[in-house]
Amino acid sequence: MIPSAFEYYAPGSVAEAIALLKTHGDEAKILSGGHSLIPLMKLRFASPAVIIDINGIPGLDYVKEEGGFLKIGALAREASLESSPVVQQKFPLIADVVKVIADPQVRNRATVAGNLAHGDPANDHPAVMLALGAEVELTGPGGSRTLPVSEFFVDLLETALTPEEVLTEIRVPVPPAGSGGAYYKIERKVGDFATIAVGSQVTLDSGGRVTAAGIGLTNAATTPIKATDAEAYLVGKSLDDATLEEAGRLAMAMSDPSSDSRAPAAYKKAMVKELTIRTLKRAAERARGGQA
Amino acid sequence: MSTHTVTLTVNGQEHTAQVESRLLLTHLIRDVLRLTGTHFGCDTTNCGACTVLLDGAAVKSCTLFAVQANGKSITTVEGMAQNGGLHPLQAAFREHHGLQCGFCTPGMLLSALDFLKKNPDPTEEEIRWGISGNLCRCTGYLSIVKAIKAAAKEMAAGGK
Ligand SMILES: Cc1cc2nc3c(=O)[nH]c(=O)nc-3n(C[C@H](O)[C@H](O)[C@H](O)COP(=O)(O)OP(=O)(O)OC[C@H]3O[C@@H](n4cnc5c(N)ncnc54)[C@H](O)[C@@H]3O)c2cc1C
Ligand code: FES
Ligand code: FES
Repeated sequence: MIPSAFEYYAPGSVAEAIALLKTHGDEAKILSGGHSLIPLMKLRFASPAVIIDINGIPGLDYVKEEGGFLKIGALAREASLESSPVVQQKFPLIADVVKVIADPQVRNRATVAGNLAHGDPANDHPAVMLALGAEVELTGPGGSRTLPVSEFFVDLLETALTPEEVLTEIRVPVPPAGSGGAYYKIERKVGDFATIAVGSQVTLDSGGRVTAAGIGLTNAATTPIKATDAEAYLVGKSLDDATLEEAGRLAMAMSDPSSDSRAPAAYKKAMVKELTIRTLKRAAERARGGQA
Repeated sequence: MSTHTVTLTVNGQEHTAQVESRLLLTHLIRDVLRLTGTHFGCDTTNCGACTVLLDGAAVKSCTLFAVQANGKSITTVEGMAQNGGLHPLQAAFREHHGLQCGFCTPGMLLSALDFLKKNPDPTEEEIRWGISGNLCRCTGYLSIVKAIKAAAKEMAAGGK
């Protein structure tokens, strides 16, 4: 399959990329990992007149802990999360998710920033970043602004990015001691997009009571969902069976999946509840210092 | 700006070509450079038959534009043999029946090469995850996993 013809630019800096965006407006698309955009272009679901390839911009491929945050640069690939000691030690939720995104070759190219910027509720990182309370740095002609990721997803394939902005950094707060997270994904085969998936993050006090909870739902509506009702309900509670059941029910109530070739909506809803319960259990085990 | 001159190194040899920006890397490799060992299967980033190494990392060449390879180094299956002898992975695939029709083989070999570099002493389970981006419709994978395991031993012994 051959995409429509386009003009190709490979800027050497973020400033240059933004200047190109400014010139070409919504005719132009940023190309990072290209593993959502190029397939769409090959199918001619997208036919941008101008491609701005940011892969040659130096210094954007970092994954590092700094100032209480895990900082993920715009060109950090999924594969670099797999090999990051900070991620593996302090972010079991991210360590879980990266294993179930696509396959090794795709993970060598696909970027975490692109996974968010694409605005696809079937992508796995949005729910994870919602659960972890991450923020994104968006850089445009007038400088940078920071947005909580909970305000980033606007509609199906639509984000808060303006046509002149680049998502330059993702910042995930380092969870305090006593925290754990987990991601479960139902997929038809390895590397497939989620039929439905849930990511949960909890912090427990010494008595086992929840002091903070984050729950994100993948492919459960036209945008990624932060299950705020379930999160708020959990604070101050111990994770006994009745509590888990009610949290699952509240998360399910916030989901609005549609039937598709992967599964009917009713099944997906039921699985939101079940996976919320399972991920909370696993997250709590990890928070108590169980097996990571 | 829709035609570009790209210079890239393929299997140690430098090539320069004029390409349209929308030309896929697979087509540059197969149709322009005539290196047809890289196969073209699904065209949808699923099968892995088009896998090559781009600066050492396994990638699906049907999902990159040729212009993106400007200044980069590429390894295709034609570049695996060393000093006229098969690479230990290729030898192990032959020895352990890691192929039948051979369509998936070049991509399998290059995925395995990248994988063993990151994980030189893998378990069977890890090998299966390592080749999860490559589909084979003939072997049922058993013999491929066996071959990669054998090659890992051979490569560790030979210091490769
Ligand atoms: C076979 C296959 C299986 C997959 N399976 C999964 C899966 O299981 N789970 C999953 O989550 N994903 C999956 N993906 C999607 C993959 O993770 C994508 O690569 C990812 O969604 C997009 O990241 P990218 O870097 O490739 O972005 P691109 O494809 O380069 O860009 C995607 C969109 O975001 C915009 N964009 C990208 N980066 C920026 C930026 N820094 N600033 C502003 N805009 C930007 C682009 O203009 C474009 O509109 C799969 C992809 C393939 C091909
Ligand atoms: S042809 Fe590239 S993955 Fe199938
Ligand atoms: S040997 Fe035929 S597809 Fe793998």
